[in-house]
This record gives sequence, structure tokens and C-alpha cells, in this order.
Amino acid sequence: MKYAYYPGCSAESTARDMNLSTLAVAKSLGIELQEPPGWTCCGATAAHQTDRQLAVSLAAANLVKVRDMKLDMLVNCAACYNRMKAANHEVTNHAELRAALDQDYDGSVKVRHLIEVLLEDVGLPAIKQSFKRSLNGLKVACYYGCLLVRPPGVMKFDDAENPQSLDRLVTAMGGQSLDWPGKVECCGGGLSLSRTDVVVNLSESILDMAEQAGADCVVVSCPMCQINLDLRQADMAKKYQMPVVYLTQLLGLCLGYSAGELGFEKLMVPATNVLGKVQ
Amino acid sequence: MITIKKNKSGPGLKRAIKELCGVDLSVCFQCKKCSSGCAVAKLTKTRPSEVMRRLHLGAGAELLESDLIWTCASCGTCSARCPMGIDVAAVMDALRQLAIAKGVPAPAGNVPLFNRAFLKTVEKFGRTYELGMVAAYKLGTGKLMADTEKFPTMLKKGKLALLPPRGADTKTVKRIFAKTKGGKA
Repeated sequence: MKYAYYPGCSAESTARDMNLSTLAVAKSLGIELQEPPGWTCCGATAAHQTDRQLAVSLAAANLVKVRDMKLDMLVNCAACYNRMKAANHEVTNHAELRAALDQDYDGSVKVRHLIEVLLEDVGLPAIKQSFKRSLNGLKVACYYGCLLVRPPGVMKFDDAENPQSLDRLVTAMGGQSLDWPGKVECCGGGLSLSRTDVVVNLSESILDMAEQAGADCVVVSCPMCQINLDLRQADMAKKYQMPVVYLTQLLGLCLGYSAGELGFEKLMVPATNVLGKVQ
Repeated sequence: MITIKKNKSGPGLKRAIKELCGVDLSVCFQCKKCSSGCAVAKLTKTRPSEVMRRLHLGAGAELLESDLIWTCASCGTCSARCPMGIDVAAVMDALRQLAIAKGVPAPAGNVPLFNRAFLKTVEKFGRTYELGMVAAYKLGTGKLMADTEKFPTMLKKGKLALLPPRGADTKTVKRIFAKTKGGKA
């Protein structure tokens, strides 16, 4: 199993822990990753809010690089995953957007999220066989956020209102995936600095739902969700102390890696309760 | 009651929006599912269904002053749930672009400045450079102290890179910015 791995800009800064743990998990499960040479920013929210063609062209520049590698693109950042799939959709359906690209591209590169690769290509039985430890009944609120599942017609990732793929992985790890209403709510995304008030408000409602469901931690697969839910707890009236960990960090623990190898010390709210439970 | 000030921007915004994002607003029948699901509607004066109705009725540039445009987090719940398949989130993108083009300031926060600071680092380095972006944004807002208490911990934890990113194909990115409206944003 070989893929062109698009790390995304956060992998080099705010989400180094996501990148570290992604590489560790891939190594253990026989997933070979190769970065597209000179990969560039997907454009994120700022590009599509500014200009439609800019957004499509920035993402497509990376898809062109992956097309030339003759591999599927594997993405773990939900935001990058979303922009890549949106660009494929735009160039396939709008000739004028395709015509104005920097290099011609037909929208044919398959963009896969790590969760899809884990469930569809590696498969739960093989993943379970590789586990050395269990989450031991850890109560996990699986938080998908917006960008993995919306817009459903473009993303075609799981059920857009009640997705189950993260829950299936958590259950396979021996965790208890909770039934809770916050799965696909919005954390405020890219408004973290420009409208901190909005992010604090939305993220607080999500943490509140997770706490009410009895969660030991929230699991995410998006660097923006992670930083909003984790870093912004310091700005909230109520002190939740709710660890917000990446899926790949939990998988890495079960695959036998140490907390240090998975970047656990980079979390703002320490995941001491999670680390204590995993055996 | 909705009062519409017509013709403040010529024939209304509906056509400009159709041109920018290709969305046909005329099929909206005001079921208000977009407003019910909207993550930020609890924080705004204007709701998505009201924006749709105003556009329908021929609203002009005054709609670009709506607080919803710059509070919307682009979560896409409105588009996902619209029974008529209207991409409401794309309409929000188009309204933001029109507001920038006409120089209408955001009523709260400073999302346009943030987006410019973000895209400037991408244009320069090919990838996001958070420290550079934060510095440009803070200088622009004048709120130098916001969040500074978090930076030492983030730096210590390696959550903020000190140096700009390296190794990106900056040539391609610069060409894309020069060819699109990104370079003029």
C-alpha cells in the first residue's frame, strides 16, 4: 500500500503531533507514504472566502504533483482533505475553472482520508491484529466536525449527520465510543484569531456535550478542531480540562508507541487520564 | 418585516452572486432549515434564510453590511441540509467577496485582514507561516496583546514554527496568485 502523503501546513507547526503519530501508525500498518515534491498550501478557508479560482488553483497545484506520481493522495488533515476534494469537484463540473488553472488537470486523482484508507484498504481485522494494547473502556467522544463530511455530495465520506467511521476505530481499539449529539457540530474553524469570541462559544458547546455524555476525551482528525477545542479551553468560563487527542495518537498507543513518540506532550490539556487507562 | 432598499448597487446583488458562484437562489421557499442548523445564528442579528429572502427581493449593497457574512465559519451545514440543494455557504463566500470588492468593513472582528495575512504568507513561502501571519494580523488590528500569554507555551511545545516553511514550490504558487484575484485581495 503506497500513497502520496499530503501533510498540510499544520503538520509543520500546530499539528506536529498529528504528523508524528500519522507517520508512526502508517509504519506499523504497512502503509508506505511519499510526500509530493514541493507540496504547497491547499488554500484553506482563507482562499475560498477570497476567490473561487484561487482556491481551486492552489489545491489543484498539489493534485497535479500527485497525478504525476501515479498514486492516490492520502490526507489526514480534514481541512486539506476537504479542499482537495472540492477542487476535484470544481474542475470536473466547471470547464471555466479548469481552463483557468495554472496547469491543466482533469480532477481524476483519488483523494483519500487516512480514516478511509484504514477502514477500506488496511481493514479492521488487520488493524486489530497489530494492536499491542487496548483503550480499556476509555470513554471517547468521536468528533468529526464539518470538513470531513460536508458538503456530503462532494465529500462522500460516511453519513454526513451521524458518521460512524471514527467510532468503529475507537471500538476496535477497545474504547467505548459515546452516543452524543456533537459529532458534526462546528468548532468555529478558521475564525480562531479573527473571531475568537465565536470559536470560544462554539467550542464550549461541543465540550459541554462531550462532558455531559461522560467523555474521558474527545478524539479528532482535524488540526483546526484540535487547536480550537484544546487551546481555547483556557478562554472558557468553565474549566473543562477535557483532553482533545488525534485519532492517530490513540491508534499509536494501541500499536505500542510511547506517548513521547506520538507527541502527547504537545497537547495543551494533558491527556494523563488517557495514558493511565491504556494497557 | 423586511424592508428592502432597492437599487443601491444597480440591479441588486442576486445577479452578481449568480456570476460569482453559479448559485440559483430563486428555488428557495423559506423553509429555514439553513437558519435552524446554522452554527453561528445564535450569535448574529441576521440569519441565512433572511439573507436568502433579501436577495430574492432584490436587496442591494446594504446586505454586505450584514453581521452574518463575517461570523459565518463556513461549516456548510446550511448547504448540506437545504432541501432545494442551494449551496448557501457558496453564497456567503460570494457575499464576502463582494463586500471586500466594495470596501464594506466587517461589523465585528477582522476576518478580511486575517485572510489577507494568511494568504500573504502562502504567496511568499508556498505554505502557511503562522508566526508571520499572526504578526501581520496583530499589526493590522492594533491588538498586539491578544493571545500573547499562549505563545511561550506553544513555542515550547513546538506548536509554532520559529522559521518560515522551506521546500515548497513557491514558483507555482506565486504564478497562481498573480493570475487570480488572490494577488489583489
